Amino acid sequence: MSQAATLALESRQPMPGIGVYNQKFGMWVFLLSEVMFFTGLIGSYIILRFAHPDAFTEPGRVLNVPLTAANTFILIVSSVTMVKAFAAIELGDQRGLRRWLLATVLLGAVFLSIQGVEYVKLAEHGFVPMVASYAAEGAPLYGMTFYTLTGFHGAHVTIGVLCMIFVTVKAFRGRYSQADHGGVEVMGLYWHFVDLVWIILFTIVYLI
Amino acid sequence: MEQAEHKQPPYMVVFGALGLLTLIEVGVAFVGLPRIQTIVVLLVLAVWKALLVALYYMHLRFEPRRLWFVVASPLPLAAILVLGVLAEGW
Repeated sequence: MSQAATLALESRQPMPGIGVYNQKFGMWVFLLSEVMFFTGLIGSYIILRFAHPDAFTEPGRVLNVPLTAANTFILIVSSVTMVKAFAAIELGDQRGLRRWLLATVLLGAVFLSIQGVEYVKLAEHGFVPMVASYAAEGAPLYGMTFYTLTGFHGAHVTIGVLCMIFVTVKAFRGRYSQADHGGVEVMGLYWHFVDLVWIILFTIVYLI
Repeated sequence: MEQAEHKQPPYMVVFGALGLLTLIEVGVAFVGLPRIQTIVVLLVLAVWKALLVALYYMHLRFEPRRLWFVVASPLPLAAILVLGVLAEGW
């Protein structure tokens, strides 16, 4: 075995303390910091909503719930394709890995496109970040909170898609194997996290 | 790669559950229950979906217990963050 391959395998060995290899633990710790980040945003949203209920509307009045429900479904399907890619390389199936990674990239891009279309449609109807018609004490709360929450999540998905493209290119170059595919697993963790946050966001912002 | 000695998780079953829970959520939001009940049911469904993704797709169910504790650690901190700010307004 080449030295590089040996090093790669060694770097995937579970560490005695935590029981998982370093890169996976590192990604988990990063995701936990992201939990605090989104807690700050979602927590603020909940507090502002309770404090000024008249600055918001009931579900479906302004936001397009059916379209976003379909978009939620698309993101969930992309999580499935991501986990199928991981399952494929666990069995050494290179073709399966490439196919499912490509599907994940495409679904992620579709999600972002639909979000973009939704933003454009909302703006056309006058719902913009500083929309004065949904205001309390002078603050345009509804528009501000909606665009901040979904915008930050969208930024995370965008970065996820870009990283996913990198992983997919690596997969097409045959850089992952049954013995060494930590990069796919770690990318998958990030992608599932982004899906998880959207599940919470969709419920709180669109349905409540 | 550490050997996770378990058979492949039921990814498609979990996917079906996630799809079904999403449909139920949208239904509950528009069916016209009283406000508090709607919020509670929707939050329970959202947490259920999040747990399914975390446990099966992120493989937490098959990871060492030590990792579970690490992953659960921000939850009390997140609760303090939100409750602390809420308490200020009382």
